[in-house]
Amino acid sequence: MAGRGRGRGGHRGLSFDPGALGFGRGEGLPPPTLQPPPIYPPLEFKPVSLQEGEEADYLLALKQEFRGSMRESPYFIKPQSTKRDIERYSDKYQLNGQNKGQGLGWTPNWNTFPKELRIREKKPKRLKVSVKPSLSVTKVKAKGQKSDSKEAENKLKQILQTEEDGDDDEDEDEEEKKKKEAEGEEEEEEEFYDDEDIEEGTDYALSYFDNGEDYLDADDDALEDGPVY
Amino acid sequence: MAKGLQVGTGSSTVAYENLGRRRKQFVYVPVLRLNSMAQSQVRLGGLLLQHQYGEIVENVGAFLAAKGSFTLKDIAEGTKLGMNEVKKALCVLIQHNMMDFERNRRGILEYTIHINKVLFVTRYPRYIYCAKTLYGDVGEFLVEELLSHGQMLMSQVCRRVSERITQALEGQSVDELKVRKTFVELVETHFLQRVAAPPSDSADKEDEETELQIKEKEMFLIPPAMDIDYGKVNPTVSSSGKRKREDGEEGDKVAKRPRSTSPLSDEKNEDAPDKGVYWHINFTRFHQFFRDQAVLSALNSKIDRYACEIVRTMLRVSEKTTVPLAPTTHPMSSHEIFQSLPPELDLNRQTLGEYLTLLAEDKTEIVNKAGESGGGMYILNMQKALETLCKASIESVVQERFGSKCSRIFRLLLMKRHLEQKQVEDMAMIPAKEAKELLYKLFSENFVTMQEIPKTPDHAPSRTFYLFGINMHQVSRMLLDRCYKAMGNLISRREHENTENRRLVEKSQRVDAISASLQSSGADTTQMSEVEEMITPPERQQLNKLKHDINKLEQSELQLDETIFLLESYLPGSEAMVLY
Repeated sequence: MAGRGRGRGGHRGLSFDPGALGFGRGEGLPPPTLQPPPIYPPLEFKPVSLQEGEEADYLLALKQEFRGSMRESPYFIKPQSTKRDIERYSDKYQLNGQNKGQGLGWTPNWNTFPKELRIREKKPKRLKVSVKPSLSVTKVKAKGQKSDSKEAENKLKQILQTEEDGDDDEDEDEEEKKKKEAEGEEEEEEEFYDDEDIEEGTDYALSYFDNGEDYLDADDDALEDGPVY
Repeated sequence: MAKGLQVGTGSSTVAYENLGRRRKQFVYVPVLRLNSMAQSQVRLGGLLLQHQYGEIVENVGAFLAAKGSFTLKDIAEGTKLGMNEVKKALCVLIQHNMMDFERNRRGILEYTIHINKVLFVTRYPRYIYCAKTLYGDVGEFLVEELLSHGQMLMSQVCRRVSERITQALEGQSVDELKVRKTFVELVETHFLQRVAAPPSDSADKEDEETELQIKEKEMFLIPPAMDIDYGKVNPTVSSSGKRKREDGEEGDKVAKRPRSTSPLSDEKNEDAPDKGVYWHINFTRFHQFFRDQAVLSALNSKIDRYACEIVRTMLRVSEKTTVPLAPTTHPMSSHEIFQSLPPELDLNRQTLGEYLTLLAEDKTEIVNKAGESGGGMYILNMQKALETLCKASIESVVQERFGSKCSRIFRLLLMKRHLEQKQVEDMAMIPAKEAKELLYKLFSENFVTMQEIPKTPDHAPSRTFYLFGINMHQVSRMLLDRCYKAMGNLISRREHENTENRRLVEKSQRVDAISASLQSSGADTTQMSEVEEMITPPERQQLNKLKHDINKLEQSELQLDETIFLLESYLPGSEAMVLY
């Protein structure tokens, strides 16, 4: 209360008459509090006891049951098991269990859910091996695009032309995509950055913020049901 | 109520512009000052999400609640979670209708969490119980299923519920048709509603939806027993969802025929007959029911059963003309009320008139007289009713926390609006020194506000009136904030108790499992008692204590929620009348 007064001249020299606040002449002002209030202040009054009865009991049972069932439901996302102290030999054989935790465990109504939330099921590692042989070619391709924009333009034209010519190239495209996917390591994020790098220096850089999700989604579909145009 | 949060969404759009320029160096998180209320809301929401859907959802939810709307990528960066985990969490939140998403100007989806919908989690048992009292076990199971799954197809829910009931009743199978009927009743009374379509709807998608809505109606038509109900079912279904698009029954039927032959209609109709039409709980309707119930029971205890029934009838009459949760109803004549009184009440017209006058003259002002025509026009003022209830519960809070003398001062201030300290001392009939102390205590706890009215422009304390008063809006807000904090504390205490005794609980579970398996294999009593003795008496004592404590904590959560509900429903309407 004496916040400003204190600054000027101690407690006694208040800038106003304490009588106006209801302090009589003889009464001393309360001493300043220097400590934070206690975390558990003593209770002056005991809390009122809770309501009891059939309704309350039933509600309680409902609540506990609901809580229990939610824990078992697929909506309860358990954090993926963190890496333990050391790598164990048996870990290798528990891979299946981990893979299970990857998917949602339930199917949302994709008509109303945003498509970008779709989780790509990771392909087993075998696939990667089978694709590997032609991997180096794409890498060269990608690099070529990056280093020389003219070359990239030419390539784009080429692709456009071939696309017009016929659908023969579709398979190739698909393969390319597959390779790219394999190239991008387990980390999806890294893939995003790769995409950005390719786009760097073109007019599309402004929209770099499109995190490429849609592209990948289309990609996904292409793998499963053939390309979508 | 989420004022602080709204500020958040506003400034995050600014953040995006900045983000565009700064590229990907870091996510620009706008510095927001959440007010205390929003802070405790976020904390409580986080705790609830953690218990309901796990830690990952909690992280995502708390991040969005505290910071506003973000895109998928920013959420992943901001929460330091893997992309897949964030996706899963977002899916869960959308599924449970706690989240909205919208395309921003760049065409990227931004996700916004509705923290108030997250907080409804504490009320889930009440919704279920309410459905039980209104629609029996079938209603209970329906609402429970919908709450635990967020949104579901009607066919899905009905199948699951009938399975569950058959299981629970053992042998006695319940017809799925009966479940469907209850479902339709719930839809008719608007306790269930369709899931709103995403905002990015294109024109042709709308067509698809109306198409599906028609399909839904046709689904109601399939069971032959429903034929009698058809006339009743049809109009409500079209108005049940929030996305009511048909202009009327006629226009709808005309539109139905040509379209059902178009290729569009067959598109989404592969397995389930009602594919694509998802339902979820209409929280607003439940809240309206709770509100009415609270007001009615208060009237019942304040005046009598007849007054309560009259107001109930008025509510029923006004149901058709008033939007849900409106502060006041349309005026209705006493004649109208008389016509729709339940016959078993046995009230004659004169007594009704007397009751209405009594109610209109009551200081709670729940019933107001609006005119003389038609034997007197009356309005129900639900906001006033809520205010009365709120006042009563705040008074009891003061009474229980500060004692009856403080409560006397508080009620005095409520009655007289503004009083000087001297007047308080005199009128409360408490010795001056004690009264002063109590008043200051209330003041320092924010139950009482003070208004300075200087006689001279220099604001000299000696020439200033200090008027004490009560700002109901502010006190309710403060109490609501405290309730959220208390709820958070209760939950975290419960969690603490559980983790403290985890070993013991796990042990008892294991012993139970062993004894159960022994029992089924037909072991003798000595073996059984041996197993039972694996838990020592002190351990058993501790287990019992734990169970008792947890029950008490959860019971408190449930009852605290009643206060929260009252304050939450009073607050939005009270902002208009902040004068105290």
